[in-house]
Amino acid sequence: MSGWLLVISLVVALAAVHRPFGDYIYRVVAHKKHNVVERGVYRVVGVDPAAEQSWGVYARSVLAFSAVSILFLYLLLRFQDRLWLSLGMDPVTDHVAWNTAVSFVTNTNWQAYSGESTMGHLAQMAGLAVQNFVSAAVGIAVAVALVRGFAGRRAGTLGNFWVDLTRIVLRVLLPICVLVTLVFMIGGMVQSLSGGTDVTTLTGATQHITGGPVASQEAIKELGTNGGGFYNANSAHPFENPSVWTNWLELFLIFLIPFSLPRVFGRMTGQNRQGYAIVAVMAVLAIASIALTVGFETHGAGTVPQAVGSAMEGKETRFGVSGSAVFAAMTTLTSTGAVNSFHDSYTSLGGMMPIVNMMLGEVAPGGTGSGLYGLLILAMITVFVAGLMVGRTPEYLGKKIGAREIKLASLYFLVTPALVLIGTAAAFATGNNATALNSGPHGLSEVLYAFTSAANNNGSAFAGITVNTGWWDTATGLAMLLGRFLPLVLVLALAGSLARQRRCPSPRARSRRTSRSSSAWSSA
Amino acid sequence: MRLPSWLAHHLAALRALLVMTVILGFAYPLLFVGVGKIPGLSGKAGGSLISVGQQTVGSSLIGQSFTDADGNPVPKYFQSRPSAGDYDPTATGAGNLGPEDVIDTPDRQSLLTQVCARSLAVGKLEGVDGSRPYCTADGVGAVLAVFYRDGFTGPVTRVVSVNQTGTPFVSTYQGVTVESAQAGEDYVALGGVITPIRGEAPADPVVPADAVTASGSGLDPDISRQYARLQAARVARERGVTLDHVRELIKKNTEGGVVNVLELNIALDGGK
Repeated sequence: MSGWLLVISLVVALAAVHRPFGDYIYRVVAHKKHNVVERGVYRVVGVDPAAEQSWGVYARSVLAFSAVSILFLYLLLRFQDRLWLSLGMDPVTDHVAWNTAVSFVTNTNWQAYSGESTMGHLAQMAGLAVQNFVSAAVGIAVAVALVRGFAGRRAGTLGNFWVDLTRIVLRVLLPICVLVTLVFMIGGMVQSLSGGTDVTTLTGATQHITGGPVASQEAIKELGTNGGGFYNANSAHPFENPSVWTNWLELFLIFLIPFSLPRVFGRMTGQNRQGYAIVAVMAVLAIASIALTVGFETHGAGTVPQAVGSAMEGKETRFGVSGSAVFAAMTTLTSTGAVNSFHDSYTSLGGMMPIVNMMLGEVAPGGTGSGLYGLLILAMITVFVAGLMVGRTPEYLGKKIGAREIKLASLYFLVTPALVLIGTAAAFATGNNATALNSGPHGLSEVLYAFTSAANNNGSAFAGITVNTGWWDTATGLAMLLGRFLPLVLVLALAGSLARQRRCPSPRARSRRTSRSSSAWSSA
Repeated sequence: MRLPSWLAHHLAALRALLVMTVILGFAYPLLFVGVGKIPGLSGKAGGSLISVGQQTVGSSLIGQSFTDADGNPVPKYFQSRPSAGDYDPTATGAGNLGPEDVIDTPDRQSLLTQVCARSLAVGKLEGVDGSRPYCTADGVGAVLAVFYRDGFTGPVTRVVSVNQTGTPFVSTYQGVTVESAQAGEDYVALGGVITPIRGEAPADPVVPADAVTASGSGLDPDISRQYARLQAARVARERGVTLDHVRELIKKNTEGGVVNVLELNIALDGGK
């Protein structure tokens, strides 16, 4: 499939579903009634689903859940050899286990290990795959909490984290994954508990064909914008991405939730036009980025691509150059980080695009939830600047953007650039950049890519660099942890601050604001 | 007794995680492991294994190498693409060298030299021209370290062909005699400006791109139609069958514009 056909068909499909699917998510998070399964979950968890949480309680619930998840996953990896289905794998080493636990809980899915030689099936399905679900749900829950802050007439509360988590997992993520897993299996993905099969090839060599619960993990890997591959080769591996049409479906899933959440925002605030404005910003940035990446890769500049005749190094025959470049752009426009080709061997400008996408803050359309809250904060800063220019008190959706709000929003934006710069500088200052595979400027790019990916919770890599050393695992682990939870707490604080404000009731004033914030968007 | 609220939060979190692990970590994947036992799906869920007679010879989705014990191509078989992991499914991945990786070091070959060497080898195997832009006739990267009097400017004072210890691929560059490289010398550190030389090779080489590049997975099951066509004559000759027969089988094993190498080779053996 040529790159353009791929992009156009995805645009059409997403344009068709983002509204109805957004409406569906809206009903899930706004609905008052709990079904019988959910009530069972709340009873086991021991929470009152009717209890409304302030931003502080909501944040503490998120942090407690994440802390327990990191510890649980760490222990599961450390003791996998004593549990079932370890396939004879050793316990994961302490620094790799820490890095991996943080990585999957923060929705980064940076992989300092190689799945096929490190992880048993239990660690994959009961550890990593579970975090694929819940870390995505945490992102969506926090975005919804922020939107409740904008929409809030409820005296400072943001909803209930446990209810949001449970509903997003059970009513949004799981049903889609059930459907998609079946489709992926029809497409040829492996789904078994087998440790693999030794075969004798046509020329008499031995080859170990692996098994594993791959299809079920692949579905949530893309839908939750996680990106952690069952295998080291990720979505380039034929068992994770067997054909052109599974590739299409993976790309569709990566964009599905991030592009539908602005509709949820529009519905919850009662101003659908604001939702469309956000979708439009996301779409323009995304299409521009995809077009540039495909353009750079198919143009194939650089010595080796010129010698080869095309930029085919590190790419699969079935996807070709453009099918790979589209994936590279979309995986970094979101916080996915799955790859169907290896970015390290991209042309210089083609390899720059994933870094640019991540440094943009992954807001076009961004990760599940994190994309929406990132863009809403960008919107607040835009409205604030525009308000200063026309000399009015800045407001967005009837909420005043005052000193406290803008401080929180500014801090949000400073976290990841600071982490990227400090991390990269520290790697060079301590000589740990020496683990880069490539020499010269490209070695610098490998280090910069690593910290950009970790701090922005992406998880893709210029994979030539060796990152399973103690220093790298600790440093990227910290970058992922801080890059996830500092912004997340700041968002919730902001949500709490907005939720305490009363919304300006005047419809005339509101329409004026709407048009003003729309124009602020166009200058953004 | 009322628990302190931080403890209550963490206990609720632990219980929530355990519930989620039961549903998402066991019930959901195991359900589909069960679905994967259904006839019709079981072949795919088990890894799309292919058997010839009684023997399982591989997976239709996973590439394999068709070389002998010494790593030389077995000429009666179509050859797969180069692989960074030697088609080992327990060590998947790519080579990860960048587009300007053009200088060989004592530790490893540059990506450019790998491409040039593969192109030369494929050309020789198929009896066609294996030359490529930026490659020497002996199959390494055609790269000069050019020393200028004033760093990056001024007259050229010295030129070294960095990837060749024997006779350089050009005798002079801008009037200066080209030296061959000393093993282990770092000409970039000495101040040489790395200058790849395009050469006279056609822009559209006979040996196609997928034949000289490693895939992303290291397990690419496919080759391009161009690479299959290039190999057809050799395979027909080795097997003593007509070229038309081989071309017919290529067509039968082409899907979505790419050719599945294992299935094609099995078809040639008459196994399926």
